[in-house]
Amino acid sequence: MATTVLDPTHAHAAKRSVIVEWLTTVDHKKIGILYGASAFIFFLIGGLEALIIRTQLMKPDNTLVSPEMYNQLFTMHGTTMIFLAVMPLSAMFFNFFVPLLIGARDVAFPRLNAMSFWVFLLGGLFLNASFLMGAAPNGGWFGYAPLSSRQFAGGLNMDFWVIGLQILGIASLAAGVNFFTTIINMRTPGMTLMRMPMFVWMTLITQVLVLLSFPVITVALIMLMADRTFGSSFFSWAGGGDPMLWQHLFWVFGHPEVYILILPAFGIVSEILPVFSRKPLFGYSAMVFSGSFIAFLGFGVWSHHMFSTGMGPLADSFFSLATMLIAIPTGVKIFNWIGTIWGGSLQLKTPMWFALGFIAMFIMGGLSGVMHSVAPADLQQTDSYFVVAHFHYVLFGGSIFALTAGAYYWWPKMFGRMLDEKLGMTHFWLMLIGFNLTFFPMHFAGLLGMPRRIYTYPSGLGFELYNQMATAGAFLLGVAFLVFIVNVIKTWRGPADAPADPWNGATLEWAIPSPPQEFNFPALIPVHEKDALWQMKRDAGVSRLPEPELVSGKGIHMPGPSWWPLVVAVGILIFFIGFMMKDPWAFPFRPVNILGFAITTFGIFKWAYEAPDAHAPQH
Amino acid sequence: MPTPHNTEAAATMTTAVIDQHDTPAHEEHHTSLPIDNRKLAIWTFIGSECLFFASLISTFLVYRGQSLKGPGPKDIFSVPLVTFGTAVLLFSSFFVVMALNGAQEGNRKKLITWLSLTVLAGCFFIGMQVYEFSHFYHEGMGYTSNLFSASFYTLTGFHGTHVAIGTLWLATVLKDAIKGRVPKEKALNLELAALYWHFVDVVWIIIFPVVYLMSLGS
Amino acid sequence: MRLLRIARWRTLPLALMAVMLLVLVAGCTSGTHPQSTLAPKGDYAEMVDGLFMKTVYLATIVFVIVEGALLFAIFKFRGKPTDPAPEQSHGNTLVEIIWTVIPAVVLAIVAVPTVQTIFATAKVPTTSTDGQTPMKVEVIGHQWWWEFRYPELGITTANELHVPVGRTIDLRMKSFDVIHSFWIPQFAGKRDVFPNRETRLWFTAKATGAYPGACAEFCGLQHGRMDFYVMADTPEQFATWTANRMADTMLAATGLPKPAPKPDTAAANGAVPAAAAVVALPDTMDPALATQVAEGMQLFQTKGCIGCHTSSAMSPMKGMVGPNLSGIGSRSHIAAGWLPNTDENLKRWLHDPQAVKKGVGMIIPPLTDVEVNALVAYLRTKR
Repeated sequence: MATTVLDPTHAHAAKRSVIVEWLTTVDHKKIGILYGASAFIFFLIGGLEALIIRTQLMKPDNTLVSPEMYNQLFTMHGTTMIFLAVMPLSAMFFNFFVPLLIGARDVAFPRLNAMSFWVFLLGGLFLNASFLMGAAPNGGWFGYAPLSSRQFAGGLNMDFWVIGLQILGIASLAAGVNFFTTIINMRTPGMTLMRMPMFVWMTLITQVLVLLSFPVITVALIMLMADRTFGSSFFSWAGGGDPMLWQHLFWVFGHPEVYILILPAFGIVSEILPVFSRKPLFGYSAMVFSGSFIAFLGFGVWSHHMFSTGMGPLADSFFSLATMLIAIPTGVKIFNWIGTIWGGSLQLKTPMWFALGFIAMFIMGGLSGVMHSVAPADLQQTDSYFVVAHFHYVLFGGSIFALTAGAYYWWPKMFGRMLDEKLGMTHFWLMLIGFNLTFFPMHFAGLLGMPRRIYTYPSGLGFELYNQMATAGAFLLGVAFLVFIVNVIKTWRGPADAPADPWNGATLEWAIPSPPQEFNFPALIPVHEKDALWQMKRDAGVSRLPEPELVSGKGIHMPGPSWWPLVVAVGILIFFIGFMMKDPWAFPFRPVNILGFAITTFGIFKWAYEAPDAHAPQH
Repeated sequence: MPTPHNTEAAATMTTAVIDQHDTPAHEEHHTSLPIDNRKLAIWTFIGSECLFFASLISTFLVYRGQSLKGPGPKDIFSVPLVTFGTAVLLFSSFFVVMALNGAQEGNRKKLITWLSLTVLAGCFFIGMQVYEFSHFYHEGMGYTSNLFSASFYTLTGFHGTHVAIGTLWLATVLKDAIKGRVPKEKALNLELAALYWHFVDVVWIIIFPVVYLMSLGS
Repeated sequence: MRLLRIARWRTLPLALMAVMLLVLVAGCTSGTHPQSTLAPKGDYAEMVDGLFMKTVYLATIVFVIVEGALLFAIFKFRGKPTDPAPEQSHGNTLVEIIWTVIPAVVLAIVAVPTVQTIFATAKVPTTSTDGQTPMKVEVIGHQWWWEFRYPELGITTANELHVPVGRTIDLRMKSFDVIHSFWIPQFAGKRDVFPNRETRLWFTAKATGAYPGACAEFCGLQHGRMDFYVMADTPEQFATWTANRMADTMLAATGLPKPAPKPDTAAANGAVPAAAAVVALPDTMDPALATQVAEGMQLFQTKGCIGCHTSSAMSPMKGMVGPNLSGIGSRSHIAAGWLPNTDENLKRWLHDPQAVKKGVGMIIPPLTDVEVNALVAYLRTKR
């Protein structure tokens, strides 16, 4: 007999103010929403930067923004979109859905999860605060030394970048440990690795990439910070240092980072296509192995970002061929997606359109990627707009399309409301056209000789047409996302009437109410197959399970809220801000660093001795 | 639309699922693998840390002999002192194994004795490094003197920071043990710290020959 | 019905995209694109272009097949919620093996010429097409201009690299400060230049003309304004240009030794060597202008220009932090290959270089219009 209580709100929670509730939450679903909301705001900021960039490049010799401002804009656009938009938007789905997809009640370390979020948010705000000081990072998202050294980049600009990225790295690493442990160890009984939903697989591989690549950039950033703050010469040739070391360390991180950005997208699309094709994912194990193979090869191809440095024919050949190899597992993925919809009964709803758009656009990005692997041709393409076109086809046409697909697909589960189909379709077509209008011409601009990261270009080189098209497309993309925002606002005002399983889903999250209750699953659901929910429906001989009822959750121990993750995050931020003060003689007596260190340590101790359910609601 | 029969079957199934919730005792500690979450997390973290130290050690090796001016390793290193420190750190791994053994047996005295020795060994190593660094500094090797000094201080400094964190962690467990808060069932609390401690130790076993012995050899 | 409606209004965006593609292709084939990688004018760039076009054709075939299959599947398999569930296929090992092998074969087709071209472009040819040994040129990237030195000729210039057609150019490149990247799309791919090591690149120009190039590695504030030109001359034009550089002995006036001018070639080109200009003024230009030129020459020394610049290509190669001004009067552009070299622009530059190109290293005291005019007149004699 289940105790069903329709209103699960407990008296204890009602006493806490809503703000305190969100500041201290350790619920993976709330943290997921926090990630999503902050990342979307950062995405809009990054988009605004892109629009200013596009307006500046609309015509030759434009003077809308100064070169200083332009360099800050493109640096922050790249840094924001990578670290503050696409990664945390993926993190939103990791947080909200990985526990649901594996049938768990939360992640392995809920408070660590909260800390990851707060560190990420404070790191993102810190990076953007640089604009308020008129000193946003201006050395490119890749921060090549010696341009990023104190000698060529005085001012606080690159300090914000070097320190901001270290802060964000802590968030990513903590989340990496947490989600790796969660996926390996918190699966519901019967969910073997090879029965996991594909999104969980791709999340797992992404975490491995984070765990193995972020330490490398952390070391590089520490050394760059030492150069800038304490005056060492790791990357300064004047002291015997080698700028190439920075490039190697950066790209040993940087290339896996590309897969950190795209693998979650692969996972989302691999969830959506089967559901809307009403048939299982084609070649499940091939998808798992190709994803793992991509990640593995991803660590062996970093130098294809450095063909123009003149590494010699042997190294060029090696990295050319290794890069080409990646096209094989990537091709397998694309073919398997087409295999999934082949012979299906396609339900062309908004999430499905975005997923299909993802495949179509990602093919383009993949093909131009293969062109880059051809080292001699890459010497013409690298650092030109051809590359800009390529990676936007991968990161926008790929990641953003898939993340948008995921938003439409999972919105009802997250908020209990269905997004509007008509507005969704408008969003999709505007985005598809706007996207191609923006980035397709960039291939041509690049091939016709337009270098990247130039704040303007002279007339007479024939770049005008392509830039005008790209600028028009960029504004169309802006409109597309306005439509999305309208959709969200409209939905917000409507009733929360989404059913538990609006799409006839295949995975466990659709078995529980929309939105899920705090404890997700009243009991762990044993799983015997891939596509567990489809299996359950088949076993029950139904096409839809009845709406699950809200239950009291009595007797379920959930971790209680905690202030300490936020305290630790603030401590970490203060600790790092201390490094913006450059007086080397203050070392090691740097009061701000010591204050931050003290707060962090204090927070960790209080955290360690706080019983996990100290403030848990009493059932 | 499901037929009435099917609805009934599904409802039964849903109820059955919810019913299980009445016996939640076993699921609280359910893990997919026979390993505690925290232990798995420490192992994962150690895997990540390997790349951290690999990057630092690579940098040190890449810049070996690239310094434009002195002092170099031969001018400055005092190998006997560091060898002694290395031995102490190595022994501390043995101490912590004994302490863990005591914790698992529920032998509080054994736990406290060996854990105290471990913490002392950690403190000794930190003290040795502080002495070594200040000695080098007075010999004229500052952090920014040359590539060697910067990569040396960064590598060994970060290792030292890890030793300090490990020592602090072990000392916290020791404090708990003295207060009687580390019973047999909570031996895992010490095991986690011990895992980390072994890792820090292993890293030093790589750093010691790479930094001290190889630098003198060439 | 609903699906049909979707199908109908879906044709609009598809049609739009097709039109866009046509516009692009049309745009690419017409108009002037002097910095294009698609119109190679040298052997290196031709090899790269040939390889690139192979990848384009293959990619187009793959693109059409895969996107075609995707679109076909979307149209063919759309269903209604009430349709019966489709066959629940989980995969097909044979098909999966086939579509793993096919891309591997396609990639092998690309890989072979890739490796061949990597090795073919890696080594500087020992003889150029005209039978001579390659001509060495040292390239030095500065924030934000390019310095070119011809060690075999002993001359130096900036932002305008003159090369004879048919002679292989052997570039040895370094940076004065941060990392830059040297790129002349119609001749060769990019090559980064570093402060702490030399990188190499080579090319042979096949047709005369002015070819724009640019810095391709982000190098700070004025990365967008770090362009240059390669002037591919006939061997005769190149000899003249070289002779003019050697004849330009502005430093003679300040007491440094004067290299032997070659009046015959200089005269043939209508060039007026600076020192000679002072002497021969009455014969070649009207007296008012001559006075102005003389004033300009004076100002060049008194206003501190000479602290950073020389206009003698023969001057000591080291110690000059500003671009060499040899031939500045006849360069097509100033301020590193983007600002047309008109009197107007030159005056703007001399009045306030920071207003024209912010952050540039040039410091100049405030000058009156008269002084600027005199300087321009003087610089115009450097041809």
